[in-house]
Amino acid sequence: MTFKKWRHELPLHVMLLPALAVLAVFSYWPMIGIVIAFQKYVPTKGFFGSDWVGFKNFLYVYNLPDMFQIVYNTVFIAVMKIAAGLVVPVVVALLLNELAGEKIKRTVQTMIYLPHFLSWVILGGVLIDVLSLKGIVNEFLGLFGAEPTYFLGDNRWFPYVLVATDTWKDFGFGTIVYLAALTSIDQTLYEAAVIDGANRWKQTLHITLPGIMPVVILMMTLSLGNVLNAGFDQVFNLYSPQVYESGDIIDTFVYRIGLIDAQYSVATAVGLFKSVVSLLLISVSYGIAYRFAGYRIF
Amino acid sequence: MVQNPGVGRKLFIAFNYTFLIALSVLCLMPLVHVLAVSFSSSSAAMGGLVKLWPVHFTAAAYEYVLQKPQFLRALTVTLERVLLGVTLSMFLTILTAYPLAKERTRFRWRSGYAWLFVLTMLFNGGLIPWYMTIKSVGMLDSIWALVLPGAVPVFNVILLLNFYRGLPKELEESAFMDGAGHWTTLWRMYVPLSLPALATVGLFTIVGQWNSWFDGLILMNSPDNYPLQSYLRTIIVGQDLTMLTSTDLSLLQELSERTVKTAQIFLGALPIILAYPLLQRYFIKGIVMGSVKG
Repeated sequence: MTFKKWRHELPLHVMLLPALAVLAVFSYWPMIGIVIAFQKYVPTKGFFGSDWVGFKNFLYVYNLPDMFQIVYNTVFIAVMKIAAGLVVPVVVALLLNELAGEKIKRTVQTMIYLPHFLSWVILGGVLIDVLSLKGIVNEFLGLFGAEPTYFLGDNRWFPYVLVATDTWKDFGFGTIVYLAALTSIDQTLYEAAVIDGANRWKQTLHITLPGIMPVVILMMTLSLGNVLNAGFDQVFNLYSPQVYESGDIIDTFVYRIGLIDAQYSVATAVGLFKSVVSLLLISVSYGIAYRFAGYRIF
Repeated sequence: MVQNPGVGRKLFIAFNYTFLIALSVLCLMPLVHVLAVSFSSSSAAMGGLVKLWPVHFTAAAYEYVLQKPQFLRALTVTLERVLLGVTLSMFLTILTAYPLAKERTRFRWRSGYAWLFVLTMLFNGGLIPWYMTIKSVGMLDSIWALVLPGAVPVFNVILLLNFYRGLPKELEESAFMDGAGHWTTLWRMYVPLSLPALATVGLFTIVGQWNSWFDGLILMNSPDNYPLQSYLRTIIVGQDLTMLTSTDLSLLQELSERTVKTAQIFLGALPIILAYPLLQRYFIKGIVMGSVKG
């Protein structure tokens, strides 16, 4: 009996084999490679051939004068993005829900989803052009008498430009989840409210908002894991040395010291710090989501 | 539910329409502007005369770009990676989702395996160990470096396995009764039944492959092996030096760096824009499948 069961299960193991092999090489072997954060790593000697130095790399990073600023930039940009990424889609979804015509609603949706599908290379190219000193944005603001602003080269502006353009790219796509939640609200509640004399605003406040609240809270909880993710793709395609002060984040820093300056061990140490903190945050957020919303990823 | 709309309501409706339409226009305007620049004459583009419509319409920039060897080579690499990457990762996604969709009573190891997959989403070795691994297996400068490391998209696996779990158990049982094994059940029954879900996952993969640029940038030593998006990054951020070496000087008078740049940006976005109606439909399905369930 057990043998028969085993034979029946065998194909399932075989099916998983190729994918597991890929993960073993490209996900798990690099995880083992984290040991180089505790070494003075020399690439030719492999992950285990270099001299061990304990926590020296971490101490070195901790004492770097720029490190505090980089962590601060990362959290500052990421938290603003999380906040905007929650509020804007909810508001737009509610407004879309108030549109009477199905056709206009669909047209608006089609237009606001588009930027999500383009890469940050493409959008970076577009934004560098429109936000330049002679770009169309400055030209437009000039109509109101504003002096040209170097949006991508000025430390006072750069973090906010990152947040604004990131929201621009993804708010439309973010509405999808809330629009789906809106359709699942029980329509009889509205009918009852109308009989009780509630106007649209009252209905929104007492039926619609509570109706989508579980989804809003769930999205909020899940975004907790992104507190150290300020968006490498975006920053990397928009920043320049002038704005390192306000725009350099952990991921771009790891890239530069690791792959440009070839300080492999130091870069790995910084990356490890970020991965561990992120893992903790994600575990906590998924734990909360599971406990209170029964959310499971699989 | 029709009420007599008061003045406040009417004002709100007017505001709402205006606001949402303005917002939609704002989403597209930068792209339209860049498109207009790419079709304008070099003097109009450099003089900042172009707004949302081409000035002195010309397709010279496109003619130049579509004959530019670097651009065409990068496009070939991208087409290769899309083709290879999609085939490979669809195959692996199907093969992985099926066993992981089984109930624990049917497949005792299921949870253990599932965690092995999910763990890779939650934690990773970081940039440097990842790069060193790919280097040490000798894949730098090879097309495999662009498709193999990401060949198991765990998020897609989860989408598909959730779909498989939604299929009635009786299907599988009747197949087993008829003497079919797991392989037959998967290819003859599950795959045909999950074509819509597979289309969603497939489109995710195509867009992902088309849009990837960072892997090309760091894993290809020679710019000749850059996929299109990595190549675009080098011309967008830096000066496009290849233009200065162009032997056709008469051509240079009609072209400017800006029109050539914008033309390439637009061409890099074009397939996504063309496939957009499809994308919109299937992506929404995927998002709704993936994020708001039970």
